[in-house]
Amino acid sequence: MAQTLNRGPVSGTAVKPPSKKKPFFVDFYSTAVGKKYVMAITGIIGIGFVIGHMIGNLKMYLGVVTEGDGRAYDIDIYGEFLRQILVPILPHGVFLWIMRFVLIGALVLHLHAAYSLTVLNRKARPVKYQTPRDYQVANFASRTMRWTGIIVVLFLAWHLADLTWGWANPDFVKGAVYRNLDTSLSRLPVAILYIVANIALGIHLFHGTWSLFQSLGWSSPRFNQWRRYLATGVATLVVVGNCSFPIAVQAGIIDYNPDAVTATQEAAP
Amino acid sequence: MTINLDSKIPDGPLADKWQNFIANEKLVNPANKRKFKIIVVGTGLAGASAAATLGELGYQVEAFTFHDSPRRAHSIAAQGGINAAKNYQGDGDSVHRLFYDTIKGGDFRAREANVHRLAEVSVDIIDQMVAQGVPFAREYGGLLDNRSFGGAQVSRTFYARGQTGQQLLIGAYQQLARQIGLGNVKLWNRMEMVDVVNIDGRCAGIVTRDLMTGEFSSHSAHAVVLATGGYGNVFYLSTNAMACNVTGAWRAHRRGAAFANPCYTQIHPTCIPQADDFQSKLTLMSESLRNDGRIWVPKNPDETRRADQVPEDERDYYLERIYPSFGNLAPRDVSSRAAKRMVDAGQGVGPLKNGVYLDFAEAIDRLGEDTIRERYGNLFDMYERITGENPYEVPMRIYPASHYTMGGLWVDYELMTTIPGLYCAGEANFSDHGANRLGASALMQGLSDGYFVLPYTISQYLSEWLNKPIPDTSHEQFAKVQAEATDRFKGYMAIGGTRGPDHFHRELGKIIWDYCGMDRNATGLEKALSEIPALHEEFKTDLKVTGSDTNVNQTLEKAGRVDDFFELGMLMCKDALNREESCGGHFRSEHQTDEGEALRNDDDFAYVSAWEWSGDMANPIEHKEQLEYEVVHFQTRSYK
Amino acid sequence: MSTLTNLTLKIWRQDGPTGQGRFESHQIPEISDEASFLELLDILNERLIEEGKEAIVFDHDCREGICGTCSLMIDGQAHGPSKGAATCQIHMRTFNSGDEIVVEPWRAAAFPVIKDLMVDRAPLDRIIEAGGYITAPTGGAPDANLIPIPKPVADASMDAAACIGCGACVAACPNGAASLFTSAKLAHLNLLPQGQAERYKRAEAMVEKMDEYFGSCTNHGECQAACPKEISIDNIAIMNIDYLKSKFKNRKLLDR
Repeated sequence: MAQTLNRGPVSGTAVKPPSKKKPFFVDFYSTAVGKKYVMAITGIIGIGFVIGHMIGNLKMYLGVVTEGDGRAYDIDIYGEFLRQILVPILPHGVFLWIMRFVLIGALVLHLHAAYSLTVLNRKARPVKYQTPRDYQVANFASRTMRWTGIIVVLFLAWHLADLTWGWANPDFVKGAVYRNLDTSLSRLPVAILYIVANIALGIHLFHGTWSLFQSLGWSSPRFNQWRRYLATGVATLVVVGNCSFPIAVQAGIIDYNPDAVTATQEAAP
Repeated sequence: MTINLDSKIPDGPLADKWQNFIANEKLVNPANKRKFKIIVVGTGLAGASAAATLGELGYQVEAFTFHDSPRRAHSIAAQGGINAAKNYQGDGDSVHRLFYDTIKGGDFRAREANVHRLAEVSVDIIDQMVAQGVPFAREYGGLLDNRSFGGAQVSRTFYARGQTGQQLLIGAYQQLARQIGLGNVKLWNRMEMVDVVNIDGRCAGIVTRDLMTGEFSSHSAHAVVLATGGYGNVFYLSTNAMACNVTGAWRAHRRGAAFANPCYTQIHPTCIPQADDFQSKLTLMSESLRNDGRIWVPKNPDETRRADQVPEDERDYYLERIYPSFGNLAPRDVSSRAAKRMVDAGQGVGPLKNGVYLDFAEAIDRLGEDTIRERYGNLFDMYERITGENPYEVPMRIYPASHYTMGGLWVDYELMTTIPGLYCAGEANFSDHGANRLGASALMQGLSDGYFVLPYTISQYLSEWLNKPIPDTSHEQFAKVQAEATDRFKGYMAIGGTRGPDHFHRELGKIIWDYCGMDRNATGLEKALSEIPALHEEFKTDLKVTGSDTNVNQTLEKAGRVDDFFELGMLMCKDALNREESCGGHFRSEHQTDEGEALRNDDDFAYVSAWEWSGDMANPIEHKEQLEYEVVHFQTRSYK
Repeated sequence: MSTLTNLTLKIWRQDGPTGQGRFESHQIPEISDEASFLELLDILNERLIEEGKEAIVFDHDCREGICGTCSLMIDGQAHGPSKGAATCQIHMRTFNSGDEIVVEPWRAAAFPVIKDLMVDRAPLDRIIEAGGYITAPTGGAPDANLIPIPKPVADASMDAAACIGCGACVAACPNGAASLFTSAKLAHLNLLPQGQAERYKRAEAMVEKMDEYFGSCTNHGECQAACPKEISIDNIAIMNIDYLKSKFKNRKLLDR
């Protein structure tokens, strides 16, 4: 990629040897613009997930509800509902796994594209400016995408270990969402970790949401000014929503009470 | 090499000459075209369009530019527009009218046949440039817009905001880039042509210096096209870019090409006045500003009030007063001299009292600030950036500055110089503008030469050389010329004096501007002719070039260019002294009417002076090409 | 008119493409505020020559902000502190007495330093050669008014065509991307009716050529802020969508 200084006439620079046609995705993904498309599309999937996840979690605040002849935490019912989607067309839990595969696939692509673009960009300026740059518009969010992204991925691993697999939660009970969340976030360092990670996520989304419109070529003078507002909105929504949980747990607003629910619900698979 | 000024004008009535030429010229068939190699030096409008078209036709083309990219050429800085006899406005324009305006604007010192051809192909240029994607200004209906320009009573100027030159050059550059990409043209960038090689009475190639490595090399070809631009930088302060120089044309002149009408230099009336002593160049404000701006000076030389506080009856709108029918749109030379007279009379404005006002207050009242912004926004911004004054609120200050040179290498109708096989196109030749160029005609001429004239005329010469061997760079003459060039540059390095080349350039420019500028007279010219050689001697003994000659050395590049300006400056003064009349850009104060207007002498001076290099810059040899007018009748140019 | 005093210029000197390079400090005791920044360098160079030292090499030509030859990173900004201006349009009135002004060459893998402050920007030409033109051989053009172009379209095309090819976008981009340059060139031609026939071929060829030399766009917006012609990054969005479409359309055409 680096340009060397060759002297001599320039000619025939646009004459390309005929190349074999590659499959569409491989061909498209091979350029930086293609990779940015992949970043943007997988980013949209991620944003959709993050917002959906946050809204689902708001059920924490509904506390205990009566269902049939028992009483249960609303969020636990919601957890079970996710596994029931499209039953009986699909067996129990399969739809959730499909969604998980989509998310995993999107994450892998997002990471790979980010990694290869970072490598490309490092190579594009092997010798750095020797004095500090005076950035005009590049903001903290846009310049720290790589770091906020790494924080979010590491947090994601912890989050899964904590609340999905339970490895990082000594008092984990599968399916008892309310209880697990309370026990986990009652630990002050964990609560702080969640808040920090979600702020990083918010910063990542603030640039990501705006940026994906550019990458996908969604530009129109009529709505371009709304792209910034939308980015601010998404980032605020996610940060406020997600950070409210550790704060609520620490403040005692969310407090697991084993006596409030019927035992059958507790033992549900 | 003997000088033979055969203009080779085709037979037939004026309006048919070009068509007759095309009908009768010798062609090279497509399969044979690739046997011919053509070198094009310079990649401005004329060079880029010629190289692109010749490459497209199938010739092997090698293009040379001393810039990093062909797109940097100074054609890019033309602001106002390009003329064409399209008559899209239905205001009575025609090929004949454009031809006539150009001849008249050139003060009857241009070759009729060339100018008529220029007017004819002007129409094709607009078609070609639009097809190539030049975003000319448009009306709301989607058709092309036109503006009026100095020296014409019709609106025939096509424009792209205030960046017409840029857009046209990018258009031509893109065509050239396409040919480079396809492999039809080889581009050598950062290579400066330093000499021309003639073998057996024809131009055999060029010698170049690689500006990055300092290496000299030879290049042979069947034909060489010089499109190396004008020599306005001889004045040091001009609107030309810093690198503009005469070296290409001058080296060809020293090898036998006649140099025609060097004294015809154009002073542009609307430039930003000089602000201090170390200023490196002047900036032009497009002449199109004169469409809506009114030029005035205070009647009282001791006026100290701000411009907007000077009442109407204490202002002298001198162009409107002296030239009622053309007013602020009087041709360039006329309005330049009028401004000089005002400033010389002490009525100048600004801190150094070296300018006149160009006032938009009335136009802003009449059309609104938005319309003015739409038309001239970028020019106003540019003015504000340079002077720190806002022209929407205070009038601009303008003053004439050297801008364009009508003189250049003598060429015949086919654009061939007096050296067979050596062609010259664009501002570097002398052919189309006579003693004065009308606004928006430079772009027209560059593109006409490159796109529509050279590609036709060059085959006439090349066809003679089909399947005949030409000497390649192993010929001893190449080695000899290359060695001379190498020695010349080693010589600059070796002087070891005390002053850099810029110092000498500035001093030379002062002499030329003072004695061979807007207003010339015999005493001053004689003085210049004695001062220049003295300064040149000093240059040869006191020049200091630091750095090395085997890598980038801008000081050394400059030294070579300044050296050539000395010799050219001599020839300019010689020519100006010789031409005992006033015409167009050449104004001799001994030859003026009682009202201070230029006084032409058609009986004795209706000729082109084509100078031959004699080996001594003080004694060039003059040849004359008498100008024959079949259609046009001499008349005193009047814009009153 | 006033005078600035006691300026320090910290300028990058480098002998050649492979040289190490270093900063060199020069004192400027006095300079008029009417001087342009490049005139300051001229004055300094004349002084250096008279002292027997090598002049500082920098690219410059028209000095009116249109040729795009000048470059320079001045105080951490491409083309220095003035908005919408090239280096040659920076005047000393932008600075204050006593300032230290740091001047570096533009840095990118595609722009190797030739000497001191001069860099090679040839890859920008390669992008144009790949497709930045309308194929219109000389002579065959139809009448210029044959295809009316709505004024807003011609204006939008002109906005993009104002690009002077200086490479400030690459220099300012934290990733060394040339997306603004390439997209401006594409928008210029792709918006015009004359450019439609080759629109997608052009988009594909130019984007892929750009990829050979430059980094990727991550939408910082620094390029737009540095651009002396203030070209909008909206063009980058148009480029991206044209590139996507080109992948479909060109495949379709090839299959015919």
